[in-house]
Amino acid sequence: MSARYDAVVVGGGHNGLAAGALLARAGRRVLVCEAREAPGGMAATEEIARGVRAPVCAHLVHALDAGVAAELGLSGHGLAYAAVDAGTLAVAPGGRRMRLAADPAVAAGELARTSPRDARRWQAFHSLLSRLAPALRPILESEPPRLMHTGWAEKLALLRLGLGVRRLGRADMREFLRIVGMPVADLLDDTFEDDLLKGALALDATLGANLAPRSPGTVFLLLSRWAGEAGGVRGALGVPRGGAGALGAALAAALKAAGGELRLNAPVAQVRVRQGRAQGVILAGGEEIGAGAVLAGVDPKRLFGTLVGPDHLDTGFLRRIRGLRTNGMAAKVNLVLDGLPDGLATPGTPARLVVAPSWRAVEQAFDEAKYGAAPAHPVLEATVPTLVDATLAPAGTHVVSVLAQYAPHRLAGEGWAARREPFADTVVAALDAAVPGLAARVTARQVLTPADIEARFGATGGHWHHHDLALDTAYLLRPIPGWARYRTPVDGLYLAGAGAHPGGGLTSLPGRNAARAVLADWRRGALPR
Amino acid sequence: MNAVPAYLQTPFHPRLAQATETNLWERWGAFTTASVLTEVGEEYTCTRTSATLYDTSPLRKYRVQGPDTVRFVDRLLTRDMTTCKVGQVVYACWCDDDGKLIEDGTVFRLAEDAFQINAQEPQLRWFQDTARGLDVGIEESTARLASLALQGPLSGEILGRMNLPGVAGLRYFRIVDSVFGNAPLQVSRTGFTGDLGYELWVAPEHALALWDALMAAAAPRRLLPIGSAALNMTRIEAGFVMVNAEFKAANVVLRPSQRRSPFELGLDWTVNLKKDHFVGRRALAAEAARGGPRRRLVGIEVEGRKPAVEAFLYDGKREIGLVTSAMWSPVLKKNIALATVDAEYAAPGARFQAEIWYRKEMKVERSLVGCTVVPRPFFDPPRKRA
Repeated sequence: MSARYDAVVVGGGHNGLAAGALLARAGRRVLVCEAREAPGGMAATEEIARGVRAPVCAHLVHALDAGVAAELGLSGHGLAYAAVDAGTLAVAPGGRRMRLAADPAVAAGELARTSPRDARRWQAFHSLLSRLAPALRPILESEPPRLMHTGWAEKLALLRLGLGVRRLGRADMREFLRIVGMPVADLLDDTFEDDLLKGALALDATLGANLAPRSPGTVFLLLSRWAGEAGGVRGALGVPRGGAGALGAALAAALKAAGGELRLNAPVAQVRVRQGRAQGVILAGGEEIGAGAVLAGVDPKRLFGTLVGPDHLDTGFLRRIRGLRTNGMAAKVNLVLDGLPDGLATPGTPARLVVAPSWRAVEQAFDEAKYGAAPAHPVLEATVPTLVDATLAPAGTHVVSVLAQYAPHRLAGEGWAARREPFADTVVAALDAAVPGLAARVTARQVLTPADIEARFGATGGHWHHHDLALDTAYLLRPIPGWARYRTPVDGLYLAGAGAHPGGGLTSLPGRNAARAVLADWRRGALPR
Repeated sequence: MNAVPAYLQTPFHPRLAQATETNLWERWGAFTTASVLTEVGEEYTCTRTSATLYDTSPLRKYRVQGPDTVRFVDRLLTRDMTTCKVGQVVYACWCDDDGKLIEDGTVFRLAEDAFQINAQEPQLRWFQDTARGLDVGIEESTARLASLALQGPLSGEILGRMNLPGVAGLRYFRIVDSVFGNAPLQVSRTGFTGDLGYELWVAPEHALALWDALMAAAAPRRLLPIGSAALNMTRIEAGFVMVNAEFKAANVVLRPSQRRSPFELGLDWTVNLKKDHFVGRRALAAEAARGGPRRRLVGIEVEGRKPAVEAFLYDGKREIGLVTSAMWSPVLKKNIALATVDAEYAAPGARFQAEIWYRKEMKVERSLVGCTVVPRPFFDPPRKRA
């Protein structure tokens, strides 16, 4: 073995980096191995045209754990928000536009122009979700407790969870329990009448999911999104200066500042296991690196199916891992514009656009995708980071980062190679229909289907949650029942990525919780030093 | 026109149908099999004193072949399979993730890259899932392989008179390739009776000819076809556990608490915790580290003559176990049983009471009798291994 570390992290995505940096800060010798040439994984910023950089995958930071950011001093390492809240502008073909301001009173004023009823209800809805979402926070942030053999710390976690819900008061608690498993479409139809408003909220509830507004449990996803914050502002959608890659870079800097090491272009081929205990990793080049603990930011199918392999895992466990739903449903289309179309040129235009004319439009796009087709009318979340961030492109040039749904990884027929560009054309057309003149300004584009995301970033199915995040794969059940506590059937091997609770998104929480699990196991002597 | 029967007939069925004097049949897997052909006592006695034939064709047989075959069986089974040589037979267990027994059975190493695993219950799905990621093919060969158990003290002599090539001198728990007529035949020195015995494996189209040849070779010795009732008596005397009697398969049981680990079934010797990973190792190592199981399977001798079928076991007023299989053993002249007891009662010599309920016409009576833990097997003649 060439070297020995206290902990080696497989994958320098943002979770792996956060885990590594936290362990390094706790005084451990840490090495993070990243397959790509840059840190951050899907939190990446790349040059997509000469002098123009774009967020390749993730483009908003709205749930980054404030404690991790503070402990690692990420702002000191260059993480800053170009805008703490991008704001949202829902646009529809035919020219309808609706601005959803973060301030509910301002938003209500905007809604009142089309529906006074929706304007009234928005304030109540906003208030309800803002009360209910915090009740989820103890769940989203904590390490899931065990249900059996519960120790005091876990009883406390369950108690806090119960208290969080109980503190809501009787009426809100009842409402929480009533709606948390519901299809978001039902909640929206019960509350609002404007299709454009409902479309925008329905997209919020289904981003990155293999679910649509009619799917049960989508209210849970909406609440989870509502529980986020950026720069201390709850529900804000932060635009990181320099794109999402700035988060990867800041975490890498924090890792190094804490004494940890980062190796780029160092793909891990195998987790070395003997007698049920992780011994370290073997790189694709054959180099062996010993470690007392191995943390994996990669997805569970890749970790257990490929890097660990059947020689060290039980049949039933692998059955469940192989059964995880990993059909990624989101594609990325990044556009370079030689100027702003009229619809975006007004100063103060929100940096986030939503193209989802109704929840039915979202559902219909899903209907095609669930049978393996690329939808004719995709629904989109687009950000225009250059509206608030001058560092990405020369003045006058703009970047539009489009997240397009639904694009099934398992595409029927000839596969994505032949469908990539035609699909991107439909995405640009959908955007152009809502923002006329946009297509004519496109000078370059980068298209990443789920197949491309899988090939580039290694996530099975190109899935940004690594596997579906739904009520049956959340919290105590994530990634699978019985193994929700970052530990795995291999002693000394920890799942530290989006496949673990609380799932995908730039939260750093799976990484943080895995690092905490490692530290706890060290303290109780369950890990070699 | 007759309806198509739901259960299949084995390749030996025509001979069983000729031989039966009772017409008593039962289901074994997908097949019809004989319960009793003549009279259970006679069939039992013939097995212990002469030789008998028992049709084991419904046994599930799985052929495992490919470059990763040894890796696969070593992953599946709790024993160290890397030392198993070609021509060797191993008795082995396979467990679920929690180290609970799915089944046990004999495993033949047929070639460098091929094994045959025998089981009572369907295993294909579990085997295939266990093989995923390995370069090994698994197929069920049940319908393509007729099998017949030739058991009893005279089985060797009768088999010898068949003059099958390569079979002479076959040692205990070995299998050999032979030829019957022009047909490939395999003979293993294995069985479920705990006595000298052989099992013969042949393609179904040669089954009846093999049966007839064995019958012809036996004369003037008595070779009696038997049913499952007599076989079960010999099985209990041999002290073998059987699925659905001593345990339920872990992958079909409804109540997780009703699963049994190999330790609980007294199969400690089949579990090799020194080898690297196998399915269930993590759980079994943890069970061993806790000081072993809380209950164990033991053999007991029961006072009196009444078989302690499904009897509760007590130490004073404390319930300490349950009988899983019980019989009066004619050859031992003892009342024996297999039972699951709390671990502290598992050592040979431990004494407790069995509560036996039995019918006298319209009366049900209860008898509380003493019993003693004894070593298994109950019946273990030297000729079995000689």
